Amino acid sequence: MLKTTPFHVRTAPLVLGATWRRWAGHAVASAYDWTHEREYAAVRNAAALFDVSPLHKYQIAGRDAARLLDRLVTRNVSTTQIGQVLYTPWCDAQGKTIDDGTISRLGERQYRLTAAEPNLRWLQQNAFGMEVEIGEVSDAVGALALQGPLSRAVLDAVAEQPVDGLKYFRVMRNRIAGVEVQISRTGYTGDLGYELWIPAQGAIAVWDALIGRGADYGITPAGIWALDVVRIEAGLVMLEVDYQSSQHAMIESQKSSPYELSLDWAVRLDKSAFNGQAALRAEKARGPAWRFVGVEVDWDSFEALFRAVGLAPSLPTIAWRSSVPIYRGGEQVGYASSGCWSPLLKKYLALAHLEAPHFAADTPVEIEVTVEHRRKRANAWVRKLPFFDPERKRA
Amino acid sequence: MRSSPAPGAQRSYDAIVVGAGHNGLVAAAYLARAGRRVLVLERRPVIGGAAVSEQVFPGFTFSVFSYVVSLLRPEIIRDLELPRHGLQILPLESTIVPLPNGDYLGSWGDADLTRRELCRHSARDAEASVAYGRLMVQMAQAVKPLLGMMPPDPTSLRPGDLKGLLKLGRHLRSLGREQFHALYKLLTMSSADYLEEWFEFEPLKATKSASGIIGTFMGPRSPGSAYVLLHHYMGEIDGAFRAWGFCKGGNGTISQAIARAALEKGAEIRTEAPVRQVLLERGRAVGVVLGSGEECRAPVIVSGLDARRTYLELVDRRALPDELLEQVQRFRFRGSSGKVNLALSELPDFTCLPGVGAHHRGAISISPSLDYLERAYDDAKYGSFSKRPYMDIIFPSVIDPNMAPPGRHVASIFVQYCPYAIEGGWTDARREAFGDTVIDTLSEYAPNLKSAILHAQVLTPADIERTVGLSEGNIFQGELALQQLFFLRPAARWSSYRTPIPGYYQCGSSTHPGGGVMGAAGRLAAQRILSDT
Repeated sequence: MLKTTPFHVRTAPLVLGATWRRWAGHAVASAYDWTHEREYAAVRNAAALFDVSPLHKYQIAGRDAARLLDRLVTRNVSTTQIGQVLYTPWCDAQGKTIDDGTISRLGERQYRLTAAEPNLRWLQQNAFGMEVEIGEVSDAVGALALQGPLSRAVLDAVAEQPVDGLKYFRVMRNRIAGVEVQISRTGYTGDLGYELWIPAQGAIAVWDALIGRGADYGITPAGIWALDVVRIEAGLVMLEVDYQSSQHAMIESQKSSPYELSLDWAVRLDKSAFNGQAALRAEKARGPAWRFVGVEVDWDSFEALFRAVGLAPSLPTIAWRSSVPIYRGGEQVGYASSGCWSPLLKKYLALAHLEAPHFAADTPVEIEVTVEHRRKRANAWVRKLPFFDPERKRA
Repeated sequence: MRSSPAPGAQRSYDAIVVGAGHNGLVAAAYLARAGRRVLVLERRPVIGGAAVSEQVFPGFTFSVFSYVVSLLRPEIIRDLELPRHGLQILPLESTIVPLPNGDYLGSWGDADLTRRELCRHSARDAEASVAYGRLMVQMAQAVKPLLGMMPPDPTSLRPGDLKGLLKLGRHLRSLGREQFHALYKLLTMSSADYLEEWFEFEPLKATKSASGIIGTFMGPRSPGSAYVLLHHYMGEIDGAFRAWGFCKGGNGTISQAIARAALEKGAEIRTEAPVRQVLLERGRAVGVVLGSGEECRAPVIVSGLDARRTYLELVDRRALPDELLEQVQRFRFRGSSGKVNLALSELPDFTCLPGVGAHHRGAISISPSLDYLERAYDDAKYGSFSKRPYMDIIFPSVIDPNMAPPGRHVASIFVQYCPYAIEGGWTDARREAFGDTVIDTLSEYAPNLKSAILHAQVLTPADIERTVGLSEGNIFQGELALQQLFFLRPAARWSSYRTPIPGYYQCGSSTHPGGGVMGAAGRLAAQRILSDT
């Protein structure tokens, strides 16, 4: 049996189309409705509620907590204030990315790290000789992501304290339905949104309060299909989809550095020593060989491929997660690793790895499209990420 | 939204667009995009024509007139980057037809569910529905190129027209026998007859045929109504034909987005600037005179108003050939639809599907049988509104919670028939009686409706004409009847967006390809102007 999340008794009856899938050994919904159309719309229009409990969560506390994290990740943890949240990748000694996640500073010497993959062993190895306690709290803490332009209004209606003052990438303690929770202004959608960190035993009470009061604001439980589309619009990278953990890669070329993932902004070479620092410094000096960029498919050219066989253009109904070749001047110059039609932007979008020097914004490229079993190429452009970046995300 | 030049600045323009309806704005945006200096003049304080969102009651926002989106051309959305300017289309997934016997007929956003639901009523229709859907998509695909094409004059030997005719002929030949015959039938048959060939379940036929009567003074058994059916199939969202959506913020957001695109490219939009007349000098259009007496000059004047206003009101009739005047005078408007907008304290509780549910996220159609619709037309034919009208209802606040205060709702009720030419003329008392009829009819299916109503806005074709200027309140700027389409829209020889007056153009829904929030006419008119000047 797959593991279930603390919200399962509430989410299970909502999965109308039996579209269960696995996430870190848990059963989660691809969509609750028969399709994800409405769930996707809720993220950009109202408020969507994602059960993100399968994330790996680690409590890191003690005198050397900051030292450990600073050694681990590429961003500067020692200057982080209480109540601040950082998004960061972390690397092996060769500067290749292992995973990415968030670090919340919850107290003077108390942090929470979230990760896509299990990282306990890696944390313990790095903590050698340090005065620090590392607790795996993945099962003890349920997590909900409430995302969308009305997410703030929903929280203000249910939370004991208003969240109006909570800034982007900050976290606060709060109480919902009598349950002590932490609310962070974070998410994986590129929209205004919050993540709620809830003790597992209080999970159902918080879910019920959100769904009950949120109805007036169009709150909509949403699954992974919807999340897949919005995170592509937001240009957010996904482990084991867009890149492989360097700890899982079988060959060197399967690994990516943070620079190759275009996460330069999250690499602080000037801070204290950290895993991969020297390799990343050298890579920065010579310039990365790859970049992670947006690709926008040219509609007219895409449509023409289908018209040529007498069909209307066929768009993917859900986001794809596969490797699709990208060409320039007849040569393959990279590959897209995920893509979707954006119902919001009315554009066919992809996230891609491109080799130097083909990754500059607005470079014309071609992307492989299969039309009636035949491989064709449609025109496309390299675009800067994110594709969608509304003011409300930070405001 | 407005933008005005600095006080005292004398600006000159390459083109003036009369009317900030969606087609006028589209034309303005395309002209501005091509570097032309454009001024848009709007009589009302709000832009958008019949695509407006207004807070009719405090806290409650309504798409006052047009209320859904489907036909808006994807190329316009792309060219003008409308999503970046605020256009957001939300899904409208289902159609539920409550039936007099307490049951309902549903069409849902999922094929399996819809099939299962149809099988409950007729297994045969469930199968036919799949074949019908395929053919209609093929038809929509077949007709789609015409939407982006300037209608060629079949009686002309000008190279441009001949080229267009050749293209058209080739296109029709490429359809193949089955599709060509279906197209011929759709152009000539009544929607009822056409649907009788496919289906047996009355509410299904009736509901499908309803697309064939919208905005038109015809019943489902009137020949020619099948074309209107097809017209409504041409909408496509994200590559899917026959997809309907709801525009976040109401249909006014569409107009605002187009206006922002135009403003960004340097166009100027003035509201509360009614155009009294188009100025002619030596037979050419050279400017306009506003209601205030102010003159604005430009070598190109584009009318987004309907054919009647474009030819019979804005210009001196003596500048126009008699044969055109005659055709315009005969151009059929005959507004046939009304609108009731409700502010609600709670959602209507339908007897057939009790409680709040998925059905509130889609459309509710009151169309129980072909006879019901035809009788509704009979009332209108003899000069009164339908005693038992056809209605298409949506609850925008369920889709976009910002349309009403938390916990409250808005309903948009499109009603047919509500004839412009009502016996004795429209009065406040008759409008109220019409509103009552609508609410009474709907209450039969949702008994809590009356007690839930906080405010009601009732609009007859006369109100539509008075408010937004659409002649006889026709939502398409003239009926979509075969004799008023393509190279005959709005008049033979003048379907090319030009008028007999040099420098004077038309870009409204009175021109090809007609009405609905489509924008195609505005775009084609701009293309014509850009190639002419």
